[in-house]
Amino acid sequence: MSARYSIFSLIRNALAYHEDWPAAWRSPEPKPAYDVVIVGGGGHGLATAYYLAKELGVRNVALIERGWLGGGNTGRNTTIVRSNYLWDESAALYEHSMKLWEGLSQDLNYNVMFSQRGVLSLAHNQHDLRAQSRQSNANRLGGIDSELLTPAQIKAFVPIMDLRAGGRYPVLGGALQRRGGTARHDAVAWGYARAADALGVDIIQESPVTGFRIDNGRVQGVETAKGFIQADKVGIVVAGHSGVMADLAGFRLPVTSQPLQALVSEPIKPVLDTVIMSGAVHAYISQSDKGELVIGAGADRYVGYGQRGSMQVSEDTLGAICELFPSFRRLRMMRQWGGIVDICPDASPIIGKTPVEGMFINCGWGTGGFKATPGSGWVFAQTIAHDRPHDLNAAFSLDRFRTGYIIDEHGAAGVAH
Amino acid sequence: MLLIPCPYCGERAESEFSYGGEAHIARPADPEKTSDADWADYLYTRTNTKGVYFERWMHAHGCRRWFNIARHTVSYDILAVYETGAPPPKFDTKSEV
Ligand SMILES: Cc1cc2nc3c(=O)[nH]c(=O)nc-3n(C[C@H](O)[C@H](O)[C@H](O)COP(=O)(O)OP(=O)(O)OC[C@H]3O[C@@H](n4cnc5c(N)ncnc54)[C@H](O)[C@@H]3O)c2cc1C
Ligand SMILES: [Zn+2]
Repeated sequence: MSARYSIFSLIRNALAYHEDWPAAWRSPEPKPAYDVVIVGGGGHGLATAYYLAKELGVRNVALIERGWLGGGNTGRNTTIVRSNYLWDESAALYEHSMKLWEGLSQDLNYNVMFSQRGVLSLAHNQHDLRAQSRQSNANRLGGIDSELLTPAQIKAFVPIMDLRAGGRYPVLGGALQRRGGTARHDAVAWGYARAADALGVDIIQESPVTGFRIDNGRVQGVETAKGFIQADKVGIVVAGHSGVMADLAGFRLPVTSQPLQALVSEPIKPVLDTVIMSGAVHAYISQSDKGELVIGAGADRYVGYGQRGSMQVSEDTLGAICELFPSFRRLRMMRQWGGIVDICPDASPIIGKTPVEGMFINCGWGTGGFKATPGSGWVFAQTIAHDRPHDLNAAFSLDRFRTGYIIDEHGAAGVAH
Repeated sequence: MLLIPCPYCGERAESEFSYGGEAHIARPADPEKTSDADWADYLYTRTNTKGVYFERWMHAHGCRRWFNIARHTVSYDILAVYETGAPPPKFDTKSEV
């Protein structure tokens, strides 16, 4: 395995013109059998494999990805990280994730560029203000940092935003989580992959799972483009394709797969050093280290697997962005793309057992699962290893739709990320 | 943006329509006798096909009438348009992997 990354390895490799860096992970052929097979090589799947190996000593693990690592929503999202969700169950799960983010670069020996630059969500009307103060107070009672800002405080925090209040979207206030921020999405996938590989996890790319072998209600293994792979346990973490996998395994899920899109502008000098979100106008924006403005738009309403978003959705978002930031009007957009997000009726994930024995599922993160990558992998690894959910994810069972114990996070998740 | 052929007004831009989700979901005839699992299935579970999908649309900024379409959820091609209440047209509706 590759040596540790450090200032010394950087200097050594600089002297060798960066030609001798070892590969960050192996690309092995699959073995005939594993203790655990993880389906899906996004951040959540990779984190699951890593925590299985690291925290639980389960190292005979394969991760099977249809394309390339992070080529799904992991590499397509707008990288906003925060933990200020409304209900106790969600707050605990997302906050667990936040704590893992705070030490992640050191833990993985990989710079995931986690930047706690703050996430500010805006209130444009009286209802927004009331909902925000309810949520903010709930967060503070639960030990999660949150501050309510006045328009004057917002102006001081984000000078380029138009706060004259005469505009189409007057800003009446905002809720700020200072510990929120962004991280480099690809680095998260690559960092987890390298660390999992170092612990013995086999990462198999370009090999879609095409079926499951199930005998007497118990999973035996997975059919893949590289042949059948036997597995004692299988963990499905395929985001937008969760319904397709469930269909192959013979059960149904309460998720719909919809396109969600984002755009980046041409790079400009630093103008925005925090993340601004507005649920009411379907817009969120931050500036990447390269200088591009990263803008997230709303989801298309219909079921779609096309990995592209409709033009009218980006138009709506850009219209709102230009109202809030008139100085961005002249910017050109460089790229626009879509990912397929798996949305649950209550905007909360499903993490737990399935009707098939030995098969587990982690899905339904919808429009906002990047922030949960470390925590999701951590609880899912616990669930798979111990054959039962961890306390942190027990409430997020598939069965909650039958019992009625839904965790309605539309307010906290909704459009916002 | 989709170009949706309203059976009553003709082709119009998607932004004139509202989406009604999966078509042909019948409310359980006798809710009192329906199990929690079946009720949850009715309320929350959708087929979510990667392939040909039957769905409801309403021409909100036009005739305001509901109708069904069969649409491919990868290519977004609209393959058939038919009236609410009519049986679904014959297509292979298996999901692609
Ligand atoms: C435009 C956009 C913006 C977003 N913004 C944010 C944000 O700012 N903050 C936030 O918290 N979240 C955001 N999200 C949501 C977030 O990206 C997702 O919730 C999260 O990435 C899901 O993680 P994942 O690892 O499960 O998914 P993915 O990265 O999609 O991984 C799933 C993997 O499964 C693979 N797969 C599928 N089928 C098969 C098969 N048959 N066999 C093998 N592998 C298969 C796919 O190729 C894919 O790599 C955004 C999403 C999008 C699309
Ligand atoms: Zn019409």
